[in-house]
Amino acid sequence: MSTFALTAELLCKRFGKVNALDGFSLEVPEGTVCGLLGPNGAGKTTAVRVLSTLIRADSGRATVAGFDVSAQAAQVRYRIGLAGQRSTVDEILTGRENLEMWGRLHHLGPRGASERAGQLLEQFGLTEAADRRAGGYSGGMRRRLDLAAAFMLAPAVMFLDEPTTGLDPASRNEVWRSVRALAAGGTTVLLTTQYLEEADQLAHQIAVIARGRVIADDTPERLKSLVGGDRIDLVLRDARSLSVAASLLERIAGTEPEVDGETGRINIPVTDRTAALLEVISALNQAGIEIEDISLRRPTLDEAFLYLTARPQTEETPA
Amino acid sequence: MTPLTALPAPAIPKSRIASLRWIVADAGVLLRRNLVHWTRKPFVLVYSLFWPIMVVLIFGFIFGSAMKVPGGGDYRQFLMPGLFGQTMLFGAVTTLTIVTNDVARGVTDRFRSMPMSSAAVVLGRNFADMFHSAVELFLLVLCGLAIGWRWHHGPAQALAAFGLLLLLRFSLIWVGIYMGLLVPQEAAGAAFIPLYPISLLANTFVSPSQMPVWLRVIAEWNPLSATVGACGRLFGNPGRAGGSWPAHHSLLLAIAWPLLIIVVFMPLSVRRWRNLGG
Repeated sequence: MSTFALTAELLCKRFGKVNALDGFSLEVPEGTVCGLLGPNGAGKTTAVRVLSTLIRADSGRATVAGFDVSAQAAQVRYRIGLAGQRSTVDEILTGRENLEMWGRLHHLGPRGASERAGQLLEQFGLTEAADRRAGGYSGGMRRRLDLAAAFMLAPAVMFLDEPTTGLDPASRNEVWRSVRALAAGGTTVLLTTQYLEEADQLAHQIAVIARGRVIADDTPERLKSLVGGDRIDLVLRDARSLSVAASLLERIAGTEPEVDGETGRINIPVTDRTAALLEVISALNQAGIEIEDISLRRPTLDEAFLYLTARPQTEETPA
Repeated sequence: MTPLTALPAPAIPKSRIASLRWIVADAGVLLRRNLVHWTRKPFVLVYSLFWPIMVVLIFGFIFGSAMKVPGGGDYRQFLMPGLFGQTMLFGAVTTLTIVTNDVARGVTDRFRSMPMSSAAVVLGRNFADMFHSAVELFLLVLCGLAIGWRWHHGPAQALAAFGLLLLLRFSLIWVGIYMGLLVPQEAAGAAFIPLYPISLLANTFVSPSQMPVWLRVIAEWNPLSATVGACGRLFGNPGRAGGSWPAHHSLLLAIAWPLLIIVVFMPLSVRRWRNLGG
């Protein structure tokens, strides 16, 4: 049955009056990257904590690498790596010493741990900084050191809880490269994120989570087209031509554009990206409407989220 | 970037002896981490040692000049066992601070998601804290000797007294771990607030026989008083011979209280560790 590296079936977890998980179900095939996407408080971290054996669910069932997370927690722990939101990097130790410590705690022995530390430093691009104290590392380097520590035993399943939150764009790209390298090596990755773009960049499968439950679970392409795909944002030089422009754009997009009268901003969903962009520009040009600013962008999580939560829930609610 | 290489997981220990070896080895790794911290950030250690030395000087010479020891005798002779005891008590804050930091930084989550015994983590904490306390006690003894404090009943009884002090510290590690897993990181510094009165409402600086009756009873039954009283007797220092039952049986209580604390807080800590955040 184990073509799934991870399964969760109707997990529920309450903290006081809050239902952190409320019928959370998910299946992640082996060797793939699943992005668990949702805003703060949706239950992402609780899901990761249950699946990585840190806390027990009140009800429901979950397996990781074929073992039950509550009945066979010890087995699961041999097969997972966890990099949480907070960095476990010991700032007083050097990068190498950090990894050697985790290696020894994983019982690789002194020589095994130092050998493995060397490999991991190289793989995560930290060889040059290896013998400097981790306190002086950049945010991206710390995250990568943390990922390297979590990857000590080359686990079957890696849990990454918001791996790039708080990082600058360059550091974020470094972490993304490391996550791709993990996936290329056959590791199943479950990563949580607040950014649709991040899930889109890294994941084969995106599960959108709201109020403790997965409300959409699909490939990034299908999920995005469900939400309406890419968008064109444009600002007119003269706000008086807004209504004329809006009706022109409605003809091109086939749906009513969102118009913000105050800022003079119009927003429409498009499917055929560049063709639509050219069409919009030429149509407005012919009508003599001047464009102040125009851009093609991906839907934001806010938009995807509003769309998905506003959608009537057709699946029956579990008892 | 090339894909990362896999690594065969080390075999799970099968026998009890093998898993015990793992636990001790893990604890050793964690102890070494703490020792490295101290050597690279010696200021933390120096700061924690500076405090008792300052108290020796303040109480020994400033307040001490106005203090009268019941039954006569030198106040500085009376003071030192009290200071040893207070230092052991305040050691609980060291434990608590490190534990809350590890929880806040996610180090504890990493430990708990690893195939690693919780006993190893706790034992590592124990090794490090006992080592730290022994160094602290040693320096404080030197400090005491410098201001004229002496033990009068020979080295064996003196060693027994140091043993009782470390036993108290050991029991307080469990209180520190439990509280550390319970309170948020910002609250760690506030741990001194309840500890000050506990350290003063005892026979540490003033003999309870000089307190009002209701305070005296509390002070006499304070676990810290048991250890300090027993040490005073073993060192042959004056002023704590008092006639009350707890003062009379301080040796017994200096063993019984820490054992009781361990029996209560060890299982509490282990349970708290297992159910952390859930």
